Amino acid sequence: MDRSQTAGRALEKHVDYTGSKMGMWLFLFTELLFFGGLFLLYAVYRSDFPQEFYATSAGLDRTVGAINTLVLITSSLTMACSITAIKKGETKSAVIFQLLTIGLALVFLGIKYYEWGAKIGHGMYPGSDALLSAGQGEIIFYSLYFVMTGIHGLHVLAGIVLIALMIRMTLKGIISTHDFVRLENTGLYWHFVDIIWVYLFPLLYLIG
Amino acid sequence: MKHEDRSDHTVSYRANLFLWFALLVLTGVTVMIAGIDTGRSGILINILVASIKAGLIVYIFMHMKYESFLLKLMLLMTLFTLTVIIVMTFLDTLYR
Repeated sequence: MDRSQTAGRALEKHVDYTGSKMGMWLFLFTELLFFGGLFLLYAVYRSDFPQEFYATSAGLDRTVGAINTLVLITSSLTMACSITAIKKGETKSAVIFQLLTIGLALVFLGIKYYEWGAKIGHGMYPGSDALLSAGQGEIIFYSLYFVMTGIHGLHVLAGIVLIALMIRMTLKGIISTHDFVRLENTGLYWHFVDIIWVYLFPLLYLIG
Repeated sequence: MKHEDRSDHTVSYRANLFLWFALLVLTGVTVMIAGIDTGRSGILINILVASIKAGLIVYIFMHMKYESFLLKLMLLMTLFTLTVIIVMTFLDTLYR
């Protein structure tokens, strides 16, 4: 490869870097409006059924919700650290931090599984007889709870797959201290998922 | 310090840890507020605290502090759009 080709490559990469980050942000904007719609639904029904939302929210386990918040915030830290590591050229730490992020994400989903399991064990799931015999506000609250935490959980699951792919790429050297935009974009996605939970936790668990 | 495009900036481990600690403290504040004040203002304060947390995550973890003016503007436009949608919906539902 002669010199002009190398220069061309470098230039192409620079443009690509800004473009791919912007592309990721555009995707996150659509995600924001998507979750925004769900939060709007929550807000409107909450103003329609304040007492019912209040009472039903008390039925959720606050401690479990708080622990999950800590888990997710810590996973955001390890994700951010993996990017710091790769930029500094510390490939091994970058991989370890990504593994830790996946580990914490799995803990989050495990806790969610336990939580959903307890609710479903009590016959509280969308369309169940126990839930349908409850008041309208309670039905709406639980429906929103399952839909919002469910879709958020799917995002966590997608994040795990994405980070696993990033680990593979880091090990193969595709992601390196010279080219790390994929890892950065995965980080953006992961922090976004964390932000959604930052709002879900007080709105679902702490209003009772 | 006012440099526009510093998107190659590396956030230090220290800064990451510091932000993590701040987020933990704010989570503690949220839980405490919910324990004390269960009235109408409680939820507003909680949304405010959540927004501070989200802002910090966007600013440092998501690197927005170091991004270009264009990207910052794009984020503001999106938040503005979301706000308009929320306000218009409430203008409808509250004054029906």
